[in-house]
Amino acid sequence: MRKLLKNEGFESFIASIICIILGLIIGYVVLLAIKPAGASKAIVAVIKNFMYYPSGAAKIKYFGNTLVKTAPLLMCSLSILFAYKVGLFNIGASGQFTVGTCAALYLALGANMPWYVCLISAMVAGALLAAITGILKSYCNVNEVISCIMLNWISLYATNMILTKVKESTSPYTLVVANTNPKAILPSLGLGKLFSNNPYVTIAIPLSIILAIVIWVLLEKTTLGYELRATGNNKNAAKYAGMNEKRNIILTMVIAGALSGLGGAFLYLSGFEQWQCTQSSVPGMGFNGIAASFLGGLSPIGSIFSSYFIQHVTAGGAYVDKTLYCSQISDLISSVIIYLCGFVGFLKLVLKKAAEKKEGGETK
Amino acid sequence: MILLLQYMIIFAAVLMLVAIGGCFSEHSGVINIGLEGIMVLGALGGALVLKFYPEDGNAFGLITLTILAAVVFGMIYSLLLAVACVNFKADQTIVGTAMNMLGTAAATVIVKAMNTAMNPDNVSSTIQYINTKKAFLKNIGGFEFNWFMLITLVLVVISYVVMYKTRFGLRLMACGEHPQAADSVGISVYKMRYAGVIISGFLAGLGGIVYITSGVSEWKFENGVAGFGFLAMAVMIFGQWKPHRIAVSALLFGLFRALSNVYMGFDFLKSLNIPSGIYNMLPYIICLVVLAFTSKHSRAPKAEGIPYDKGQR
Repeated sequence: MRKLLKNEGFESFIASIICIILGLIIGYVVLLAIKPAGASKAIVAVIKNFMYYPSGAAKIKYFGNTLVKTAPLLMCSLSILFAYKVGLFNIGASGQFTVGTCAALYLALGANMPWYVCLISAMVAGALLAAITGILKSYCNVNEVISCIMLNWISLYATNMILTKVKESTSPYTLVVANTNPKAILPSLGLGKLFSNNPYVTIAIPLSIILAIVIWVLLEKTTLGYELRATGNNKNAAKYAGMNEKRNIILTMVIAGALSGLGGAFLYLSGFEQWQCTQSSVPGMGFNGIAASFLGGLSPIGSIFSSYFIQHVTAGGAYVDKTLYCSQISDLISSVIIYLCGFVGFLKLVLKKAAEKKEGGETK
Repeated sequence: MILLLQYMIIFAAVLMLVAIGGCFSEHSGVINIGLEGIMVLGALGGALVLKFYPEDGNAFGLITLTILAAVVFGMIYSLLLAVACVNFKADQTIVGTAMNMLGTAAATVIVKAMNTAMNPDNVSSTIQYINTKKAFLKNIGGFEFNWFMLITLVLVVISYVVMYKTRFGLRLMACGEHPQAADSVGISVYKMRYAGVIISGFLAGLGGIVYITSGVSEWKFENGVAGFGFLAMAVMIFGQWKPHRIAVSALLFGLFRALSNVYMGFDFLKSLNIPSGIYNMLPYIICLVVLAFTSKHSRAPKAEGIPYDKGQR
């Protein structure tokens, strides 16, 4: 027990669980404040998500839907945690996600390209956008948070303009990929069959998990990862140790951007959603990614689970009784969770003290 | 032309208020990324007064109450940042980001709940204030004067005086430059940081209500304030954390923001046939370019972003 309490990973896990529980409690209190009568039912609906359906087949199908949206969220969360390890706060994951979507959908619908071309170009688009932030940070000393936010809005408006060229003539949505260019839909490799023939389940899901493992190996087991983390810990020390800190910052942003850009392609090339060309706010995927990466204790493996949790709760928001509450209640819960993640350092300190106290008591 | 001037001044007023708010917080040593969320909450407070104030009520009362509500909402919400970052030494970037998301989510939930409670078919997150908004406007020869313009001017002057000419302001700045030194001469760093954050809540909350009443007469709270809080942070950096320079740079950014609202009114700009998306992007692009050239030698308060630890040397 003592050993377990001292383990860093376990500490992070406990801290995350505390954040989740507190977040749900606060969400419940808000529901109570709006209308006490249906509050318990609503919070259960948020937690149950796809378990809402009575039949087993439907459950599995909607579980598949949650997974379809977990893959892009995981990509955004990997992007954010990767940059964070190098000391950069990549709040621009949303923008990189958006330009990734833009590149993938435009090539799929406008140029009839197959899926792998779309996927690679989405990666490149995200990487290029993030590279701007990296260059501005390393050569012009521009705070990455502000340049990221500016680029988020720029890419939203640019994407709306470009994708208007491939939209349906009667609606603000882009053409349906599966009808216009079936070659561009990500292959399913029979995975869809496992989820009661869910057509949206594609290789994006296993691919995102593989990438999470790749990122873990890159950060923990390679020289490059070591250099990047060193730059994050102390830019000047890294510089004097002969590392090229400017190159490292830009490289980090490029990798982070490629990850989020890929996330955009993962979502829209599965055919699950169509882009709305009159969209007036930046997609929330990148912001929920922040929640997922901090909730996962900033570990790529932890992010797999936390991304699933965040997406589970977000999707669950759709099942609350719309005549009483709105689905944004799940946004509220996830933002409370991020806020509480700010206290993780403090929580860990408390846990550590508790462990030490216990130890002291036992030796006496 | 007059329309452009009018929009420029009102948008500049928003940027001035919020940027100077951020400036107070940063001078005390706390980076306030949550300005955007504070604006949303301030806007919500003000909009609620505008919605429920009787239409035949007196205009002075309406203006005072609206401002009061916006300011109080902003200050209370900013406490979330102060508690987390001053007492619990939380990461200021994470907490600020969470506040931005929470601001929009909470405002949407509240407004939707209110709308559906009043009319079960209404599931929008929009508050309308067409009639009450008129109390703020005065038409002077085609120029729509807004009382907020005057209030902002007064507040900018007050901020300058408070920051540079009073004991409180100088102490506040000391806490952002070298908190240990400030503490050693008996200044309570925690109190000063609380004060800095709460002042930023005051100004950003007010900025929020000015923003949503500037061009339109209803607001959809799902959209938050569209990155305006971050534009204000850019203005603050461009203004080198000094209220008077912030005021000047806010005018510049206000101009570009106003262009996207009124470019249709200029034959010359209309004939260029540039899509509206470009005008929407313009303020953000200008902001990036300006930051690229001015950030190299920026003089941010030295100790900003670092939680104050009494035991540290």
